[in-house]
Amino acid sequence: MLDLTPKEHVERTALRINSCKTCQPVGALYAALGVHKCLPYSHGSQGCVAYHRTFLTRHFKEPAMASTSSFTEGASVFGGGSNLKQGTKNAFDIYDPDIIAVHTTCLSETIGDDLNAFIQDLDIPEGKLVIHTNTPSYVGSHIDGYFNMMCGFIRYLAKNTGKKNGKTAIFPGWSNPGDLREFKRLAGLMGVSYTMFPDQSGVMDAPMSDHFEFYPDGGTTLPEIVGLGDCESVIGLGELTVTEPCEQLKKKCKVAYEVIPYPIGVENTDRFIMALAAAAGCEVPYAIEEERGQLIDLMLDAHIWFSGKSCAVFGDPDYVLGITALVLEMGMIPKYVLTGTPGSAFHQKVNALFEQYNVQDQCTAKEFGDLFDLHQWVKESPVDLLIGSSYGKQIARAEDIPFVRAGFPVLDRYGHPLFPITCYKGAMRLVEQIANALMDRVDRDVPDEEFDIIM
Amino acid sequence: MDAKSMVLEQYSARVYKNRKEHILTLDGSGEIPVIAANARSIPGIITERGCCYAGCKGVVVGPIKDVITITHGPIGCGFYSWGTRRNQAKATKEGEPVFIQYMFSTDMQEPDIVFGGEKKLRQAIKEAVDIFHPKAIMICSTCPVGLIGDDVQAVANETEKLYGITCLAFSCEGYKGVSQSAGHHIANNGVMKHIIGTVDTPLENPFTVNILGEYNIGGDGFEQIRILNKCGIDVRTSFTGDASIDDLKSAHMANLNLVMCHRSINYIAEMMETKYGIPWLKVNFIGVDGTCQSLRDIGKYFGDQGLIDRIEAVIAEELAELAEERAYYRSKLSGKTAALYVGGSRSHHYQLLLKDFGVKTLLAGYEFAHRDDYEGRDVIPTIKEDADGKNIEHMTVEADPEKFRARLTPEQLEAVRKEVPLSDYAGMIPDMADGSVVVDDLNHYETEAFTRILKPDIFFTGIKDKYAIQKSGTLCRQLHSYDYSGPYAGFKGAMKFGHDVVMGLFTPCWGMINPPWKNRATIRAHVGGEN
Repeated sequence: MLDLTPKEHVERTALRINSCKTCQPVGALYAALGVHKCLPYSHGSQGCVAYHRTFLTRHFKEPAMASTSSFTEGASVFGGGSNLKQGTKNAFDIYDPDIIAVHTTCLSETIGDDLNAFIQDLDIPEGKLVIHTNTPSYVGSHIDGYFNMMCGFIRYLAKNTGKKNGKTAIFPGWSNPGDLREFKRLAGLMGVSYTMFPDQSGVMDAPMSDHFEFYPDGGTTLPEIVGLGDCESVIGLGELTVTEPCEQLKKKCKVAYEVIPYPIGVENTDRFIMALAAAAGCEVPYAIEEERGQLIDLMLDAHIWFSGKSCAVFGDPDYVLGITALVLEMGMIPKYVLTGTPGSAFHQKVNALFEQYNVQDQCTAKEFGDLFDLHQWVKESPVDLLIGSSYGKQIARAEDIPFVRAGFPVLDRYGHPLFPITCYKGAMRLVEQIANALMDRVDRDVPDEEFDIIM
Repeated sequence: MDAKSMVLEQYSARVYKNRKEHILTLDGSGEIPVIAANARSIPGIITERGCCYAGCKGVVVGPIKDVITITHGPIGCGFYSWGTRRNQAKATKEGEPVFIQYMFSTDMQEPDIVFGGEKKLRQAIKEAVDIFHPKAIMICSTCPVGLIGDDVQAVANETEKLYGITCLAFSCEGYKGVSQSAGHHIANNGVMKHIIGTVDTPLENPFTVNILGEYNIGGDGFEQIRILNKCGIDVRTSFTGDASIDDLKSAHMANLNLVMCHRSINYIAEMMETKYGIPWLKVNFIGVDGTCQSLRDIGKYFGDQGLIDRIEAVIAEELAELAEERAYYRSKLSGKTAALYVGGSRSHHYQLLLKDFGVKTLLAGYEFAHRDDYEGRDVIPTIKEDADGKNIEHMTVEADPEKFRARLTPEQLEAVRKEVPLSDYAGMIPDMADGSVVVDDLNHYETEAFTRILKPDIFFTGIKDKYAIQKSGTLCRQLHSYDYSGPYAGFKGAMKFGHDVVMGLFTPCWGMINPPWKNRATIRAHVGGEN
C-alpha cells in the first residue's frame, strides 16, 4: 500500500498528491440540501453533479438529489443562459421544488456566465424561487462552497422587517445530521428559540419507511431563512466555515453574531453552552452539567490508554481544530495537524492551541497540504494514531497505525452520520473510539504472557 | 395505458417529444425498433450520466496501473475519481510500480485559470518525475483547460523529449460529447495512436488474446484470466483493468481480441483489426452460460482440437463444482423480476446471468450507449451524427505495412464466421423478451416511476439512485461497483452474484419496515359508563 511514497520530502509547488480537500460545488450542494424543498442545481457539465451526488451518497448512504444545466460544447462556447432557462423550467415542472439553489462550476465561471443577469431573465413559476452563488472550483475548497451557498441564501432571502422575532440563529458549519441533532437537542434543553441554518438532519438521515420522499421532512424552511434577518443574534459554529455568512447577515440585516470554535472537545463545547446560555438568558440545566461530568469522568478513567500518545489529525479546518483541541484535552500530542483547505488562519489557530498546551516543539501544522505530505511526515517519524477521513486508511494500512474515522468524507463505514462527534455526547463517542483503537492495538500486539483480560 | 405512456404523460410537451424516442416497449413483432441514444441529456433533468473526463480518465486511462495519471484542472475531478471505481491491480512483478491508490492533480488555482495552466502542468510533471521516476505519464484535462487554451499536447511532447518517457495528453474536457462515451472514444484514440504497437514483445503461446473493455472491477478480470489460463489461453493484456503500459504497447502481437464492454472499447477493436489484422470477438463472461459460450467461441476461432478439448474439460470441471450452489440460487430466485440500468454493456450481460437464475428482466437501459449497443452493429451506417458527436475525433487507420499480419486466411475467416459472430455485436434488444421496456439515459424521475409501475423485485443500477429505490421498498444493488463485492464474472463470479442477490432479497429487515403500531390499535378506549 502506497509503497511508492518515499521518506525523503521533496518540496512541491505544482503537483497535488492524494488531496485532502475537494472543490467548492459539492459544499454548495450539501448546504442547499439543508433547506426544505430545495433542489440544488449545478450550472455546468453534468459530470460535476454526478460526482458530487455520488460522493455525498457514499458518505451518507442516502440519496442526494440535485439537478444540472448539462452543458455541452455549444453551451461552453455560447454561454449557459439558455441551459439555465430550460433547466430550471424542467426542474420546476418535474421535481416541483419550492426553491432552486444554483451554484456555478469551474466551467461556467471560466466562461464568465453572469448568473445575476440570467436569473433576472428567468420565467419563475408563481410562488417559487431561484437563488444562486458563485463557487469557482479553482478557489478555496468544498468548505468555501458550503459557506458561499449559505451567503447566497442570505443575500437573496434574509430580510430585516424592523421587528425582531425573538429567535437565535445557529449556523452549524459543515456537520453530519447526528451533530445537527445534537446542537438542536442542546439548544432545546437550554430553552433557546432558534433557527438552525442549514439543517440537513431529516434529509440526509431520513428513515426507512414504506415510501421514498424526494423532499424529506427536514431542512430549514424558507420563512425561517427570510426570518434570519429578524433574529436576535447568530451563534456561528466553526470560525473558518461560518464567519462569512455571519458577516453577510450582519451587513444585510444588522444581526449581531458570535462565532465560536466548532464544538468538538470540552472547552469548545463549554463555549457553545455559554453562548446558548447568553442567548436564553438562563442557567445551564443539570442535564447538561451531568453530560459534561460524564465526559470528564470518562476522560479521567481512560487517560491511561491515551495520555502522551501521539496522533495525526487531518481533514476540514474546523473539524481538525476541534479534534486537535479534544486530543490535547485528553493529554495526547497532535504531532501532525493538516488541512487541504487554503488559508493562513488555520495555521494561527492550530499554533495557538499548541502553545496553550505547550506542545509547539513537538507538533507541526500545515494548511493547503495533502495526504502525501502527511504520509511522508509519518514515515519520517511515526505516530500512534491517525484521525481523519476515509482516505487516511491507506496511510493507516501502509504504516500499520490505528485509525479513527471522523470528518468528511467517510466513504467506507456505515451509520457514522447518525451519531455526533460534537458537544459532550459526541466527545464521549470520540474518546471511546480513540481509546478502543489504541487498546485494540495493544491487544493485538502484546505477547500472550502480557495479554490482559482487565484493562 | 402501458408503462411507457404512464411515465411519459407527466412530462411537458417539449420533454415528452424528446424522451419518447428514448423509451421502447418491445412488441414482439420481431423487428428491432429504433431507439434514440447518444444524444444530449435535457438540462434540468436529473440524469445519472457523467462526463467526458469520467469516461476517459475514470474508465479507460485510470486503471492503467504503472503510469502516473495527472488530472490537469481544479482539484475536484481528480479527487472524485480517486479510488472510487474499484479497479483492482497488483504489481506484475515484485518491485514493479502500482499507482492505482494515488491521486495526482495540478489543483489549478485562480491565477492558473487567468494566466494559463501550462506552466503549472510542466512543473507538476517535473515533480512527478523527480519523486516517482515513472515510465509514463498520462495527462487528463478537465473543463477549464480547454476553455483557457492550455496546449496539453505540446506539454506531452516536451515531456517525452525532456525525460525520455512516454507521455500522452487527453483533451477530455467534461463538456465534450454528451456523456462518458466521448471520453471513451478520446481515450481509445490516444491509446491507439501512441501506445499500441510500439513494442513487439513476441508471444509465448499462439493462443494469446487481449481482453478489451475489461476494467477488473471487483477482480472480474482476474477471474476471466484464471479460466482462460486454465484452458491454455494466455492473456497479453486487458484494456485496461490491471494493465501495465508495457503489455499495452505490445497488445498488437495477440491473435484475437475479446471484447467485453463493447461501448467503451469497440473503437480500438476495430482499429486493431484494420491496422494489425487481429479479428475481434464479442464475448460475455457474465453468467455461466455466457462464459461457456464465450469459451467455445474462442475454441472455434483458434480451431485447434487440443484447445477445444481442454475448453470442454474446463467447462465440465467448473460446472460440476458449482452445480449444487447454482441450483440453490435458482431455487431462491426463480420467478423474481429485475430492472437494470448500467453503463454500456452490463445491462445486457447481466440479463443473461439473471435468466440463468430464473429472474426475468422487465426493464433495461444504458447510461451512455449508442444505437448499436441496443440494436446491433448493422445500424452503424444509418446512425446520423449530430454536432456533439462531430466534435470528437474519428480516427481512421490503415493496415500497418510492417506489423499487419492476417491471423486467418479469407477461407478460414469465412468458415469461422459461420459459427462465431466475429467482429460483430448484435446488441441488447434481440436478447430481450416481448413486453419488456428499454430506456436510454434513464433519469431519476423515470426510475422512480418505472419502479412504481413495473414493481421489479430488484433494481440493478448505480450509487446515485440506489437509496432512492431502496427507500421505495425495492432492493437495489450497484452494478458499477458491485456493492463492494465481486468478482461477478466467470463461473465463480456468477455464484458470488447469486449469493449477493439472495442475501439482498432475503435480509430479515425487509420484514421490519412497518412498526407493529401501524397495524394494531394502541389506544385503549373505555366505553362510557364502564368502571
